[in-house]
Amino acid sequence: MANTSVEPTHRALGLTDDEYEEIRERLGRDPNHLELAMYSVMWSEHCSYKSSRIHLKRFPSTAPQVLVGPGEGAGVLDVGDGIAVAIRIESHNHPSAIEPYQGAATGVGGILRDIFSMGARPIAVMDPLRFGPLEDPRSRWIAEGVVSGISGYGNSVGVPTVGGETVFDPTYSGNPLVNVLCLGVMPTERLVLGRAEGVGNLAVLLGSSTGRDGIGGVSVLASAGFSDSEADAEKRPSVQVGDPFEEKRLIEACLELLSEELAVGVQDLGGAGITCATSETAAKGGAGMDVYVDAIPTREPAMEPFEVMTSESQERMLAIVEPSNLDAVLAIARRWEVNASVVGVVTDTGQLRVLDGPGPQLGDTDSGAAGGATGNATVLADVPAVSLENEAPLYDRERREPEDLEHRRAQSPDDIECADPAADLLSMLADTSWVWSQYDHMLFLNTVTPPGADASVLRLKHPDTGVDTGRGLALTTDGNHLWCAVDPRAGAAATLVESFMNLAVLGARPIAMVNCLNFGNPEHPEVMWQLSESVDGFGEALEAFEVPCVGGNVSLYNESLGTDIDPTPVAGVLGVVDRLERPAPGPQLETDAELLLVGSPATGGDALSGSTWAATHGGRGLGQFPVVDLPAARRCAEAVRSAVLGEVAPQGSVVGAHDVASGGLAVALAEMAVTSGIGVRVGEVGGHHELFSETPGRAVLCVGSEHVGALEAHFAAADVPVRRIGRAGGDRLVLGDLVDLSLQAVVESHRGALPDALAGGTTQG
Amino acid sequence: MATSVAVVQFPGTNCEMDVVEAVESLGASAHVVFHDSTTLGGADAVVIAGGFAHGDYLRPGAIARFSPVMSAVEDHARRGGPVVGICNGFQVLTESHLLPGALQKNAGLKFRCGFTQLRVESTDSPLTSGCAPGDVLRIPINHFEGNYTCSEEVLAELREQDRIVLRYVDNPNGSVDDIAGICNESRNVVGLMPHPERAAHALLGSTDGRVMLESLIGTAARSRTAAAASS
Repeated sequence: MANTSVEPTHRALGLTDDEYEEIRERLGRDPNHLELAMYSVMWSEHCSYKSSRIHLKRFPSTAPQVLVGPGEGAGVLDVGDGIAVAIRIESHNHPSAIEPYQGAATGVGGILRDIFSMGARPIAVMDPLRFGPLEDPRSRWIAEGVVSGISGYGNSVGVPTVGGETVFDPTYSGNPLVNVLCLGVMPTERLVLGRAEGVGNLAVLLGSSTGRDGIGGVSVLASAGFSDSEADAEKRPSVQVGDPFEEKRLIEACLELLSEELAVGVQDLGGAGITCATSETAAKGGAGMDVYVDAIPTREPAMEPFEVMTSESQERMLAIVEPSNLDAVLAIARRWEVNASVVGVVTDTGQLRVLDGPGPQLGDTDSGAAGGATGNATVLADVPAVSLENEAPLYDRERREPEDLEHRRAQSPDDIECADPAADLLSMLADTSWVWSQYDHMLFLNTVTPPGADASVLRLKHPDTGVDTGRGLALTTDGNHLWCAVDPRAGAAATLVESFMNLAVLGARPIAMVNCLNFGNPEHPEVMWQLSESVDGFGEALEAFEVPCVGGNVSLYNESLGTDIDPTPVAGVLGVVDRLERPAPGPQLETDAELLLVGSPATGGDALSGSTWAATHGGRGLGQFPVVDLPAARRCAEAVRSAVLGEVAPQGSVVGAHDVASGGLAVALAEMAVTSGIGVRVGEVGGHHELFSETPGRAVLCVGSEHVGALEAHFAAADVPVRRIGRAGGDRLVLGDLVDLSLQAVVESHRGALPDALAGGTTQG
Repeated sequence: MATSVAVVQFPGTNCEMDVVEAVESLGASAHVVFHDSTTLGGADAVVIAGGFAHGDYLRPGAIARFSPVMSAVEDHARRGGPVVGICNGFQVLTESHLLPGALQKNAGLKFRCGFTQLRVESTDSPLTSGCAPGDVLRIPINHFEGNYTCSEEVLAELREQDRIVLRYVDNPNGSVDDIAGICNESRNVVGLMPHPERAAHALLGSTDGRVMLESLIGTAARSRTAAAASS
């Protein structure tokens, strides 16, 4: 008879043998099945950051404006006028690969809860999206589904989606990236943290009932790569289903009970469900908690305690409430038609206990519950709350440069011939409005610069009084896997430089950064090297621009069939526009105005290394990434910002401003031409390198002739290179003797790219 | 006392504060009325704001019509008071039979958010009394179910009675006869899919919505004066 070995429970739950031993040591005994299930979700890569935490510590995270830094539900910044801003970014990559609509929808739902659990009203969402190539029907299916999911959930829940990115590339064929950033505002004094303080306080579960959906989502789904589609289909039940109407009522109910000061703390239920919410609030509050599993409303009968404790059913929040406020809390919940149940009691034991039996005796809080007695209840689990929350083993996983790195760096993409620069340019243009016209991007009357621009600019109004501050908030998200595939360190630094320049062209100065680190399998030493290098690259740029990192998310195991995605660290940067009297010009042109290119050209490395052009011409991953001079980039960004704000010559003298990024100068100029419907004539171009090099830290300004002198002097005084490259006007795009296209052809390529490709239909994989 | 506008909020409504902000920026007072209320707080005009009342579950507006506040809205309408339904509010008004027809999914089956051009077809409505016939206004839309439809007879009636208040210049959703907004027979109840409150601030790309909201405030003030004179 064959020896059919049964896999030990802990391995089936995603825990290693060593981790199992650690748990035994913590408890001084064997964990039971429920306890093991709780450890498996809390110690998952997704919840514990066990492979990345030692690296994340290297981010600079302090600055005077920082009210809450990394490690809480969201970063919080003081933006003046009594207003605090909460910001966070998350990934929902794996759920979206399996079930695009619900994966993306619940990603939006989850990030909103992170924001309103801090007391802030969510006012804006950004979605950086990365899919496989448009030629692939399955990638189109994923793209359509993800965009519909964000649209369906985000519009209905009533939070505008004001921007993001849309990238199509073969590296994401088997593993799309769906990142989501949310911004919220609150009166500074309302800031609340998810803490369970006060022995005898009650844990009130608000929102949806608990079902069997999403069990083990963080451990089974988010913390492993993809293999073949049949096995992946079996993971579909691990994806949750969202209900935006429930979430909308939950937002209103929670914000009301926080503004009435009826809750000590509020915590969202996301990955790892109620296990995470109870252990985190208890551990952070230095307390313990008794959770009565029978008191948790369930969607179906006979759910096992481990299912209830690890379910990731959406639209649930946990409020910590003083017993005397309970009636008021329940009244608010009733008004918003939100279910509310007392499911636990804060104790002073430091233990998270799961109990089966009659729930907490309300109104009798100083008898049994506070002291940790159980009455008639049976103890199903009894573990130190801190051990779940932050005692997962931290791994300093092996890091190693990829073996082919030196070989790739030795080959310069600059040597590749360019046969048809005009055709290459057209192939790089894509209007993303197909995506963002499906999102409500105008709600709350804040959106001054809508999606599709370098950054999105919002009016800054006081969340309670509605008073307009006359200032604005600016948001950008940026990632560039092609740059980071060549050099994850310089690529990450360059990514942030692009973010800062995106803000500058809209008149904003950066005040905080959050990041979403999307990488492959951390058990591959090359992936850990990429991650570590990217962290340092982001860190260097943050130091140079004196911008703090206030939060982040790490998404690992982005791989399919053993192949890791290109490293994709994504930055979300928040900026402030100090005077928002009229919208910044954006990528506009005016007939006869002059075009200035500001910023340093590449001073070292290969001009085309990491560029989109190289990637499509056999030069992907090759060469030395251009050297990024961070202090020079900062000088340039600051000089551009003051020029755009009209601090140099009268406001309006800069009629257009656009940063040079993906696709290089050629794409920047083409986008300006398309946006304004005006042609461009650039006199001399040294070669296709000059057109398609993506050296960051540069921008194109369109300036009325009479102001050119003043602006040149301004940039010269700031020690920023500035060059007149041509003039706007006419109905052609002429770039030296390399490109000569009719404006109409450029407009059509730009406008048609996405709708034409997506009209080709989709297929479910 | 300033002219006062009640803005109806159902669970799931999300544009109520936007309407309040825009109305107040034009000098009138505005207050939110929750769906469980049976009165409108003495308001001179009512706006049913956009969003997803009751999650749009079943059908947009299908559940909202049973909310207690709708009796108060109907009473106000019956007395000749101005009532405007914007976007989801328009859907609520058709479901409540205060306006004829229905709003189905957009042609193209996609949600659409963005600016559209509207042509003012009738100035005999609380929302367009301050416009000139043929005026073209730049106002955003934001909907999945904005494709207006009605029977041949109703369409003939709407045309005959000059009750098509607004038409799209470039139809974004497949609406019959390019209809963007209509009014009832007594002309005091108007429904439209576009959002005038989103075009009432210079920083937001258009101020063409102001003339609509000013028309509404003016009509409300006149109806109050008339009501006071007759009582």
